Amino acid sequence: MDTSSFDQLDANRWRIPPNGVMRAAAIIFADRNLIQDMDEKVREQICNVCRLPGIVGDALVMPDAHWGYGFPIGGVAAFDADAGGVISAGGVGFDISCGIRLLRTGLPYQSIEQVQKALADSLARSIPAGVGSTGAIRLSESEMDGMLLGGGRWAVSQGYGYAQDLERIEEQGCQAHADPTAVSARARRRQQDEMGTLGSGNHYLEVQRVSELFDEATAKVFGLAEDETVISIHCGSRGLGHQIGTEFLREMAISAADLGIDLPDRELACAPIHSDLGQRYIGAMRAGINCALANRQILTHLTRQVFSDFFPNTALEVVYDVSHNTCREEPHSINGETRNLYVHRKGATSAFGPGSTNVPLVFRKVGQPVIIGGSMGTSSYILAGTEQAETLSYSSACHGAGRAMSRHQALKKWSGRQIQDELAGKHIMIRSPSTRGIAEEAPGAYKDVTGVVDCAEHAGLARKVCRLRPMICIKG
Amino acid sequence: MTWSHFTHDADIGLRGKGRTKAQAYEEIAMALTAAVTDVSQVRPRKGIRVHCTAPSDEVLLVDWLNALIYEMAVRKMLFCDFDVTLHDGELSAKITGEGVNRDRHQPAVEVKGATFTALNVQHTTDEWVVECVVDV
Repeated sequence: MDTSSFDQLDANRWRIPPNGVMRAAAIIFADRNLIQDMDEKVREQICNVCRLPGIVGDALVMPDAHWGYGFPIGGVAAFDADAGGVISAGGVGFDISCGIRLLRTGLPYQSIEQVQKALADSLARSIPAGVGSTGAIRLSESEMDGMLLGGGRWAVSQGYGYAQDLERIEEQGCQAHADPTAVSARARRRQQDEMGTLGSGNHYLEVQRVSELFDEATAKVFGLAEDETVISIHCGSRGLGHQIGTEFLREMAISAADLGIDLPDRELACAPIHSDLGQRYIGAMRAGINCALANRQILTHLTRQVFSDFFPNTALEVVYDVSHNTCREEPHSINGETRNLYVHRKGATSAFGPGSTNVPLVFRKVGQPVIIGGSMGTSSYILAGTEQAETLSYSSACHGAGRAMSRHQALKKWSGRQIQDELAGKHIMIRSPSTRGIAEEAPGAYKDVTGVVDCAEHAGLARKVCRLRPMICIKG
Repeated sequence: MTWSHFTHDADIGLRGKGRTKAQAYEEIAMALTAAVTDVSQVRPRKGIRVHCTAPSDEVLLVDWLNALIYEMAVRKMLFCDFDVTLHDGELSAKITGEGVNRDRHQPAVEVKGATFTALNVQHTTDEWVVECVVDV
């Protein structure tokens, strides 16, 4: 990215001043290496976000950002409903509430090594993953409504997990004010056999070793210890969320002119929060969030069943569950005044710091766990939210490594078998129904997650707690 | 008549070309299937009908791809043959394919939806070119 017109604020922040049509400035969180490698389209897209009505403060770009549709992936922006602010389906994305759930096992990693192949095979058999896979659960219309209203709470009420799981999930496992009536019949149909499925692409279930501690005290609060085993589940709202995104993106794009919105890019399709369309989307999106929370809860249940076969006395406890494709109404302090804002985080996680009421009591002294997924051959990281992030980024941080090359380029460069063999040499077992899918998701197709995480820490968005190294990866 | 993919960071750009607009829409549908699997591995065993209407050619292209994505998702099918008729903002098509066979098709990604990014319906001197980025 050409930075010649940017103001460099410090080693990890770049400001794009507002031009005539921008209502706000944009801030890019990146060190020199990351910003040099960032696509020029990221600048173009975040500048377009700055043109949307009712934007409050700066539009933000996280260190893992890359070219998306409408908002860049890694884009964050807040809007005030009472100042003409908008809600954007393109600012949330198709995979509503895609996120990561982290489970702790309490098992030393050596215990996994002893059963690694059998455990990988069993997980691959039990976790529905990839194109064409289906879950075992079929919901009636009323059950679907219950799921869309209740999310993780609904799943627990159906026997998929425990009440204490909910204490360690954003929104306590249930997004309030969801509106199932705003979810179309086609979206429901698309979800009919997808409850408890992982999906494909960059979604995964990984068994990981806590390989390095950076902050032992905070890790202890999170329930994490060096050389113990954890499980990360990365997936979202499946077909239901995809269809909600599809339908509202179209309706918002077509209706924008009638709603008095001059869209700089059709993909920034949006509607005033105070409009019928805006309210319908918000209700449907919240139902999508609940679908994702229920889905990850069911996958947690399936994972527990597999682990109980290998380790009968081991309880898998939820560490935390964080979504990174959402828009949430949150109170934020703007120039000393508390305002309720609609914060879009597209490919960005919340990162609330110590003392925030958004953080579960158990973590409130140290800040929320910020879960950052890596590629299947490298590392993932657990960070903790900071107080500074509230003023820097509406308490937001990066969500992953971010892609460094397209799927097409990756496919030209690697074969799935080659990647599988290379990773097996590093004692990382990959299970996937598609070798082509493995090639497209090759570790080398992603940015260096450590560089991204270091930048997030140096910028003050979150602070490192521990590093996770993959041992088993189930890919879709 | 040809289809191809173009680069987009995390997602996939689809392109279809044809002597007629309908042919270009058929070709981009093939590019959609190719984003998931090797199209030569998909057999034309079952046909279904799809119908879309839209206020513009570009929105119709998004609707067409989203209709295919929807049918792929709910029927667990992949499609390899497309017979498109366009008339005054309406698209009617017969699409033919088969159920997903994970061993044979090795499906790489699930397509979530068609976006309005890099959306293009263009008539050059001798052909139609249609382009769209899909989220995967």
